[in-house]
Amino acid sequence: MIDKQYLLDSKQIAHFVADGYLRFDELVPAELNEAVYAEMEDHGIERGTAGTPLSEIWPQSSPIGSVFQLPEVQGMIHSLVGPDPLYDHHAVHTVKADNDRGQHWHADAIIDTRMHFDIQFFYFAHDTPREMGGTMILPGSHYRRVCESDVARYHNFLEQLPIVCKAGTIFVVHHGIWHCAQPNLTDRMRYMFKLRLNPTVRQMRLWNTDDIDDPSIPGILSKNHKWYGNDVRLETVNRIKLWRFLVGDDKFDVGYWMGRLENLPENVLEAA
Amino acid sequence: MPQLRQKILVLYLHTPDLNSNVVAWSMYDGTGKTNPTTGDSDKPPYTSVVEAMQHGWRVVQFPQQFPAYPGMEYSTSYLRFEYILEKMEEIDD
Repeated sequence: MIDKQYLLDSKQIAHFVADGYLRFDELVPAELNEAVYAEMEDHGIERGTAGTPLSEIWPQSSPIGSVFQLPEVQGMIHSLVGPDPLYDHHAVHTVKADNDRGQHWHADAIIDTRMHFDIQFFYFAHDTPREMGGTMILPGSHYRRVCESDVARYHNFLEQLPIVCKAGTIFVVHHGIWHCAQPNLTDRMRYMFKLRLNPTVRQMRLWNTDDIDDPSIPGILSKNHKWYGNDVRLETVNRIKLWRFLVGDDKFDVGYWMGRLENLPENVLEAA
Repeated sequence: MPQLRQKILVLYLHTPDLNSNVVAWSMYDGTGKTNPTTGDSDKPPYTSVVEAMQHGWRVVQFPQQFPAYPGMEYSTSYLRFEYILEKMEEIDD
């Protein structure tokens, strides 16, 4: 049983619902980063079979296995997809030195209409300054129903976020988030380790819910991302729906957005 | 005879109003002088389509507007207010 102190709290989950990601800077210890870096350089991280329990993929003694056994990482996993998720796939993403082309924007996989969601870890085992990339993400893009590279015409968005970070930083993202590798203008190969996990339990109140009624949560769920333009209210509806799903409360609302839409009186007045 | 090549600027607006703010943008350069790519700027080249027009860009495509399909009223996908602009530039031959 995971220690409650490592679980995410409700405010963090609300940020995940609004933004589609959470970031944890310099979480992984330096010696582990170095060991994983060496493992990636040696192509030493074994690929598993999709649908296998994560716990069966890598030996706990291996560097990459150790990263995903860190209690903080286990806390993220438990909070978002439950205690025994399935390994979907992983990838050691690389961008060669002196590469001045960014990857096209894309969402992973295909149009996914589920309310249930997978998570993806983006783990940076070495320092990643802006001239090295890293991966660019688009906060709040995770509800958009697009098929992989359908969004490749776009180049830039207001509030796009290049992941510039120190070694040991982990981002955990909703499977739908738009992202792209950025140019690497340094003379060294850039690495990013990606891991996708699937839930095996209903994603409901899996985190530390002590602050479930925190008054800041509606505000977090209402946050605008400037690139939305006029669609911001539609995105608020998407967030309300996911929050309802996650907390198991089909009456939850932010402001009066859903209350207005769901007001369908059927009582007929008696004629005067 | 000067050799002309097309540059394409794609601006995505807050609303269909051509004066509204740019929220996303892309550039494609047929002159070969520049090589735009993803994430190459944090600030749009113009604040609106009208401002781009004032700098010589010609609007060559407007987005059509469609009502939401039944059942899809709250679905979001692509940026809806996409304007395509062009400018012809001379190249050295």
